[in-house]
Amino acid sequence: MNKDYYILAIETSCDETAAAIIKNGREIITNIVASQIESHMRFGGVVPEIASRHHVEQITLVLDRAIAEAEMTWDEIDAIAVTEGPGLVGALIIGVNAAKAIAFAKGKPLIPVHHIAGHIYANQLENEFEFPLLALIVSGGHTELIVMKEHGKYEVIGETLDDAAGEAFDKVARVLDLPYPGGPQIDKLAKEGTETIEFPRAWLEKDSYNFSFSGLKSAVINYIHNKKQKNESINKADVATSFQASVVDVLIEKTYKAAIEYDVKQVIVAGGVAANSGLRTALEERFKSSQIPLMIPPLYLCTDNAAMIGAAASVLYEKEEFADWDLNANPGLILK
Amino acid sequence: MITLTIDTSTNILGVAILKESELIAQKITRVNQDHSSRLMPAIVELMNDVNIKPNELGKIVVAEGPGSYTGIRIGVTVAKSLAWSLNIPIIAVSSLESLAYQAQLKDGLVCSFFDARRNNVFAGIYRFNKGVITSIKPDANLSFKALEAELLSINEEVILLSPDIDKFKSLMTDDIKLLATIPEPTYHIANPVNLALIAKGKSADNLHQLTPEYLRMAEAEVNWLKAKEKGSEK
Ligand SMILES: [Zn+2]
Repeated sequence: MNKDYYILAIETSCDETAAAIIKNGREIITNIVASQIESHMRFGGVVPEIASRHHVEQITLVLDRAIAEAEMTWDEIDAIAVTEGPGLVGALIIGVNAAKAIAFAKGKPLIPVHHIAGHIYANQLENEFEFPLLALIVSGGHTELIVMKEHGKYEVIGETLDDAAGEAFDKVARVLDLPYPGGPQIDKLAKEGTETIEFPRAWLEKDSYNFSFSGLKSAVINYIHNKKQKNESINKADVATSFQASVVDVLIEKTYKAAIEYDVKQVIVAGGVAANSGLRTALEERFKSSQIPLMIPPLYLCTDNAAMIGAAASVLYEKEEFADWDLNANPGLILK
Repeated sequence: MITLTIDTSTNILGVAILKESELIAQKITRVNQDHSSRLMPAIVELMNDVNIKPNELGKIVVAEGPGSYTGIRIGVTVAKSLAWSLNIPIIAVSSLESLAYQAQLKDGLVCSFFDARRNNVFAGIYRFNKGVITSIKPDANLSFKALEAELLSINEEVILLSPDIDKFKSLMTDDIKLLATIPEPTYHIANPVNLALIAKGKSADNLHQLTPEYLRMAEAEVNWLKAKEKGSEK
C-alpha cells in the first residue's frame, strides 16, 4: 500500500475510554485516554455497570479530542476501528456502537479488532515486527504466550488456567490491605523487601507453556492468615518481594523457553503488568545474553489505549477485512 | 429538515424518520433484546429504503430512559455518535413520556410505566389537555404499590400504558381497576414518531453532557453508600 492512511480507533473494553488516530498502523497522531480508575477505587475493583456508565459519558468527549488535537478533517480519515472483544460486554458495547454510528455517518469502513492483538501491535508503534515473534501478554485479564509467523495470524501456545497474573497481583494486594489497583503498589513495595518466603511456582507439565496463579495466591493468603493467627507481625515488603519473584520467575522462564523452542526473532511484552518494573528488569536480565531482541513498549502503551487498536487494525485495513453493521461486542472473542 | 428518532429503552426497538412533522419511515420490532447488533442495521435499512443519506439528517431525537440500562446506553451512544460526527443537534426525550404520548387522542390523565423488577416500576404521570402533554409527576423509580397510591390520591380516571401491562394486571387492586382504562396490547408500545413530536417544543441538548436517565444508582454504588453510612454510625 503506497498511499498514507489514517485510522480512527476506539477502545472501551474495560475501564479506560480511549480514542486515537494512527497513521499507516505505525505512527501515533493523537492518543486520548480517559481513565476511570479513580471512580472504581472505592469499590476495590472495576464495577461493570459503573464502567459502562462512564463510557457513555466520555465517548464523544474522547473522540472529539482525538480529532481536534490531530487537526484533521473527516475526509482524511480512512477507517474506523474498534475493540470487538474480549472484555466487559457492557463496556465493549459502547465502543462498538459508537464506532458503527460514526462509520455509517461518515461512510467509512468499520474494522473490528481483538483486544490482545491490540496489545501486541502496541509494539509496532515503536519497532517493525520481525517474524516469527513471541508475545507475552500479561494484564489483569490475560496471561498468554503467542507465536506470530506473519501479520494478523496468532497462535496461542500458552495461557492461564485460572487467574491472570494481574488478577493475582490485585488479590494479593487486597490481603495486604494495599489500595486498588494493587499491581503498582506491590511492585513499589517489592523494591523495599527481600525474598525471605518460599512461595510455590506453578510450572505445570514439563512442556507446558500454560500458567496457573491461583495456587500461589492461596499460598500467600494462607501465609498471612497463619501469621495473623499466631499473632506474629507480617513484613509486607518481604511478602510482596517473595510473591512478585514467584510470578516473575514463571513468566520469564516460560517465555525464554518458548523463545528458544520457536526460534523467534523478537520477543514482545505487552499488557498492564508489562509496566511492572520487577518483570521488566528480570526479563532484560534473562534475555541479555541471548541474541533475541526484547521489546517492551513504554508504559502508556502497555495499559489499555486506542493507539494499539489502530495499529492492529492496519493489518485488517490492508486486507480489507471489514465488519457489517450488525457487528456486536464479543466478550469471549478468541484470538486466531 | 429530516429527523431520525431512536428508542431502545425496553425490549422494543423503535426507529423513525420524519421530514418536518411528517413520517416517512418507521420500524418497530419486539424480539428479545440484542439492540447492540440490531439498532444500526435497522437505521441503515430504513434510511436506504427512503433514500436518505446520513448527511441529510438534520436532527437526532433519542429516548433517554428510564428503562433497560444497556438498552438506553445503546440508543444514547448511537444517537450521540451520529449527532457528533454529523455535527447536528440532539434532543433527549423521556422514554415514559414517549409511551404516554400513545394516549394523545384523549384528554386526561395517563400513567406510563416499565417493569423495574421486584414489583418496582419506572413510572411517569402525565396529562393531556387539548392534545398538549404536560408532566404531572416526574419520572420515578418506585414500587407498584406506591404508584397505585399516588394514582388513587389523584383520584381521576387514568389510562395505564406499559409494555409489561400483563404482568402488573394481576397485582392491581380493585380500587385502581375502577379508575384505570387499559387499552388493547398494541397501544402499549411507544411509537418512535412520538419522540419527534415531543422534541418539537424542546431546544437541543448539550451533546457531550447528555447521559442516559437511569433513575437509579448502580447497585454497587448503593451498597457502597450503605456501608459508608454504617461505618460512620459506629
Ligand atoms: Zn488490556
